[in-house]
Amino acid sequence: MPQSLDYLRETASQTAGPYVHIGLAPGAAGFDIYRRELGHDIAGPAVRGERIRIEGQVIDGTGSPVKDVLIEVWQANADGHYAHPEGGGAVEEGFRGWGRVISDFDTGIWALDTIKPGPVPWRDARMQAPHLNLWIVARGINLGLNTRLYFDDHAEENAADPVLNLIEWASRRQTLIAARSERDGQTVYRFDIRLQGEGETVFFDI
Amino acid sequence: MSRPSDYYQRNRSLHPPALTPGYKTSVARSPRQSMIALEHSASEITGPVFGHADIDPGDNDLLSNYARPGESPIGERIILHGRVLDENARPVPNTLVEIWQANAGGRYRHRKDTYLAPIDPNFGGCGRTLTDANGYYAFRTVKPGAYPWRNMVNNWRPAHVHVSVFGSGFVQRLITQCYFEGDPLIPICPIVQTIPDPDAIEQLVARLDMNATIPLDSIAYKFDIVLRGRRSTLFENRLEGN
Repeated sequence: MPQSLDYLRETASQTAGPYVHIGLAPGAAGFDIYRRELGHDIAGPAVRGERIRIEGQVIDGTGSPVKDVLIEVWQANADGHYAHPEGGGAVEEGFRGWGRVISDFDTGIWALDTIKPGPVPWRDARMQAPHLNLWIVARGINLGLNTRLYFDDHAEENAADPVLNLIEWASRRQTLIAARSERDGQTVYRFDIRLQGEGETVFFDI
Repeated sequence: MSRPSDYYQRNRSLHPPALTPGYKTSVARSPRQSMIALEHSASEITGPVFGHADIDPGDNDLLSNYARPGESPIGERIILHGRVLDENARPVPNTLVEIWQANAGGRYRHRKDTYLAPIDPNFGGCGRTLTDANGYYAFRTVKPGAYPWRNMVNNWRPAHVHVSVFGSGFVQRLITQCYFEGDPLIPICPIVQTIPDPDAIEQLVARLDMNATIPLDSIAYKFDIVLRGRRSTLFENRLEGN
């Protein structure tokens, strides 16, 4: 008998569907069931760092906003540490680094409040520019899409970022850069995700 | 600095591709450009950690977590249980599993669901739990009903429970659907059929598990979930390029 490779096979993905809110954001589905919904506390009040808001839309191949999308964010704290045993170092009380947002049913706009992350080491001695890791699911998306969000006021670090530089087409790197503005005394970054067509966002096979 | 060991490359031949015209909504929501392959750094191999402070013990009991006192939802009472494993067949302990589903009539408690089957006043339709040290999880619920949906004019979803799992790294994040053994709608469902690999479809079908059934109370189905595995750290403690 030949040697066997006794690995299991990963469970196949299926779309999150139109009713993903029931499971992952029941308040938005229209009912209150859990003591606490998860994903609303990326960075608690005691967490250090620059307070920012990120907002945007997910746009489909017809140019229309996707109004039933769910996005999860995973990010480091201001020191570049993830809240995980292999995250590079300790994080302060109240820093979770994980959040979950849904788009508005009418406008497709989503928004999240967090702090700007610090740089995170790459696989060698280089550092990665500050970034958020995003995971996007919705009806019509068969397997969650992974992308990253970088900040346009970190141009020098972005230019040296080992991941952005993996993208052969310099023009496509721009799809991952959020645009900073100030509104009512608050820092807001705009980040639209284009699923298909002109300006299609870069997605990663991670 | 040592570099973290990578997770195994995802075998995309067992996952549905982005563009699956038989499932019409995928057509305008599927990227056309190739994805950029990314080797792993801390951004990929870490992920959120959940604990017992995040959820409540009764969150995994859909028979009671939305029912009025002394009442319970209509439908076939089931236990849905199994283990979360990785591709190395190791249990994934202490990971968050979240589920959502239609009620026994095939109706979701959601402001966007307008199917004529009624809402069940005693059924919310969602649950969550953490796997134990052996990767084991269990929910109590009712078996969901099949329901029609707009794709072609006459498409019906097989009975299914949506399942969301985290694992320990963000690369393991997965949402899937659990089907039930013997359902004749499985092979004709356009969403099931987005999966090109018949064995991968078979792996999404929960098996009737008479040994886990509670006599005179609830029938059991077993659904194991496999997340991506990770290389051992042997031979990986040198800088890249050495």
